[in-house]
Amino acid sequence: MTPTDPALQPLIDRVHAARAANAQLNILGGGSKAFYGEAASGEPFDVTGLSGISCYEPTELVITARCGTPLAELEATLAQKNQCLPFEPPHFGGASTVGGMVAAGLAGPARASVGSVRDYVLGATMLNGRGEVLSFGGQVMKNVAGYDVSRLLAGSLGTLGVILEVSLKVLPIAAASATLRFEMGQAAALQQLNAWAGQPLPLNASAWWNGALVVRLLGAAAAVNAAVTTLGGEMIERSLAAGFWHGLREHTDEFFATARDAVNADGDARLWRLSVPQTASPLPLPDEQLLEWGGAQRWICSTASPDRMRDAADKVGGHATLFNGHDKSAGVFAPLKSPLDRIHRELKKAFDPNAVFNPGRLYPGL
Amino acid sequence: MNAIWQTEQAERLESVPPNTAANVDERHARNTRQSQIVSALSQSLPQRALLWQREDVAPYECDGLTAYREHPLVVALPETDEQVAAVLRTCFRLNVPVVARGAGTGLSGGALPHRMGVTLSLAKFNRILAIDPLARTALVQCGVRNLAISEAAAPHGLYYAPDPSSQIACTIGGNVAENSGGVHCLKYGLTLHNVLRVKGYTIEGEPVEFGSDALDAQGLDLMTLLIGSEGMLAVTTEVSVRLIPKPRLARCIMASFDDVRKAGDAVASIIGAGIIPAGLEMMDKPMTAAVEDFVHAGYDLDAAAILLCESDGTPEEVEEEIGRMEAVLMGAGATRLEISQDEAQRLKFWSGRKNAFPASGRISPDYMCMDSTIPRKRLADILIAIADMERKYGLRCCNVFHAGDGNLHPLILFDANDPDELHRCELFGADILETSVRLGGTVTGEHGVGIEKLGSMCVQFSPEEREQMFAVKRAFDVKGLLNPGKVIPTLQRCAEGGKMHVRKGLLPFADISRF
Repeated sequence: MTPTDPALQPLIDRVHAARAANAQLNILGGGSKAFYGEAASGEPFDVTGLSGISCYEPTELVITARCGTPLAELEATLAQKNQCLPFEPPHFGGASTVGGMVAAGLAGPARASVGSVRDYVLGATMLNGRGEVLSFGGQVMKNVAGYDVSRLLAGSLGTLGVILEVSLKVLPIAAASATLRFEMGQAAALQQLNAWAGQPLPLNASAWWNGALVVRLLGAAAAVNAAVTTLGGEMIERSLAAGFWHGLREHTDEFFATARDAVNADGDARLWRLSVPQTASPLPLPDEQLLEWGGAQRWICSTASPDRMRDAADKVGGHATLFNGHDKSAGVFAPLKSPLDRIHRELKKAFDPNAVFNPGRLYPGL
Repeated sequence: MNAIWQTEQAERLESVPPNTAANVDERHARNTRQSQIVSALSQSLPQRALLWQREDVAPYECDGLTAYREHPLVVALPETDEQVAAVLRTCFRLNVPVVARGAGTGLSGGALPHRMGVTLSLAKFNRILAIDPLARTALVQCGVRNLAISEAAAPHGLYYAPDPSSQIACTIGGNVAENSGGVHCLKYGLTLHNVLRVKGYTIEGEPVEFGSDALDAQGLDLMTLLIGSEGMLAVTTEVSVRLIPKPRLARCIMASFDDVRKAGDAVASIIGAGIIPAGLEMMDKPMTAAVEDFVHAGYDLDAAAILLCESDGTPEEVEEEIGRMEAVLMGAGATRLEISQDEAQRLKFWSGRKNAFPASGRISPDYMCMDSTIPRKRLADILIAIADMERKYGLRCCNVFHAGDGNLHPLILFDANDPDELHRCELFGADILETSVRLGGTVTGEHGVGIEKLGSMCVQFSPEEREQMFAVKRAFDVKGLLNPGKVIPTLQRCAEGGKMHVRKGLLPFADISRF
């Protein structure tokens, strides 16, 4: 995509107009993650018209797509060549787009072993708040020319500009997988997961909830088969296992469905995502927890105070995000300490000096 | 050895200017400034941690790119975090440029001193603070050598994956600055993918922490900017890295091809077959001849190109993968295949590749190492283009290639004592970089921009993109004191260099998506 692409002109004009009128724009993709982050404001700025896969080279392990491309379409295209996005980004509905996936920066069950969205971003073309079309990174694996602005866009929630097009590293779909289940308590599961992760095992995903630890092995058939013998446990039937991991990825399984009902029924119930070191002991919090990522991601649906959640995460070197809830007055994301808060404000100004894009979506005032 | 066109250029920069009135004034101003800075820094640093005499600062005059040399006004060697903060606070107050420095092994002049600045050597920050085998992390000070981390982790069956060829000497702080890779990064990632948390200081001397010991941190992912920023955004003092289990076994296939295009296609076929090799390297015929003469590894001297293809994992996994690799390579027209039978033979296969640079130093008085990356499928195109350039510029070039990730290291052979050869070599190098950008690649895959590739940045980025990068820098470093003059060229410099921005539809093949 070049700055002179005619498809971009209406978007550029709109940004200039908004700047001139001191107006704000609320970047819209499929809306599947509209619940996530601080409340959106500004005039709707639909970018789903900018759609389509621009370039896909299976032997280069790179796909380039415009922001409005449905995530499902991108994944189907990859699957035809037996490739995938290994970090399993959640769709949260059929409308999910590639641009929204990068802007939200969310990854699924495999994240601890394969990396996150930002680890797979190779390059991006963006529209900044001055109405300029800029490209950073590229379509190659190794690239250290200038600052890595394209990866910064992952998880930026549209606050720096519009992601117009993005190039992603992709990988082959693994030849074999197996899912094993173990009965054990939370502390034992954390100990076991970390011990396994220190061995050369094809451990790809893990989840603990309600006294059961479930792990997924993924890789070459020989490696998976050998690991199944080493680890033991109860083998989960293939289609049942696929459903289980899909439910976790898309938040449709029992834990998340129950949490959603609780949030909808009770103004004080909130779904928290605690990101903590994998080895952190079970957190002293009420309500049941669902653990993923080898213990690095812990979900809690609770009416406990936001301060209590934040303190618990902070004490072990992590942070708590109010993932879903009606009352967001305590802030969705953990507050930034100095000087990171200042650097955030200055970066926002550097990309979007008139604060045109997604005002306050990441932090109030940003 | 770093025989990268040294002598001539260095002499040019080192020659003592004549005693004109302007030069005398400049020297006087420099001496006054030096006294002021030494006096200010003496308030917080012991005498042994400050160098400013000409003979004392001389060892800091360059990094691995020896063609560019400059004496800093002062070298500060802090021993504690508080001293680092104090140096930065002082420099910020007095508006003094600061160039942070690790082992000085960089190949792009990123640690070249500033004539009116302080070189902040972090060599004394060389302690491994903690290895946590259960969490699989190492907490190290910035001056710890890359290889020392893996050595310390080895008793736990763990290692730190990124392995730049300078890993015996380069430091983790420098790796963070450059986003260093290595021969295994297709499978195991770059520095960015293997660092959890970076602690350091802002130019104001305020402590700052990027990332966290969890898998993410709140807010924008600033660590993505910091890693690879070449010391332009903050000063790193402490790094928490991810350790991974050491594979039980590694085996390597050495394959010969009678044509570079076939070898390039073989690389695509391996990836296309769904295999991600632990390492995938290529050498062309001149390179193979040079290294065989040096290490006697038994390379096939008749081959137009040699591929090294490695598999690692459990013994079962490696056996399965080696079998698949063998089939693909034969199908792609390999003329000879050899599979390592033991660790000694595997290391022998690699010995030539790992010695490509010194081997080039033996066959030529000087060489210039390029570092562009191209899409893998354009490999044959760039090699053919380079062969044309050899004729055009009348110089020889050996090629080694991180084929798995598209990173090319052409080594242009020349004699720096011949000014015309030096000039032709520079043109040759610039031609390779511009051709790489035109083929959809980038001017630097892993060595960084530093001072060396400023001109090439004008080719790869538009004025608006460069201005956006300057704005990013200002967000961290409002006065522009951290490593000024590196990485991003000014508009003026691009204009003076006569470089045209060749992207954005201005070039041939405008229909190819290459953003």
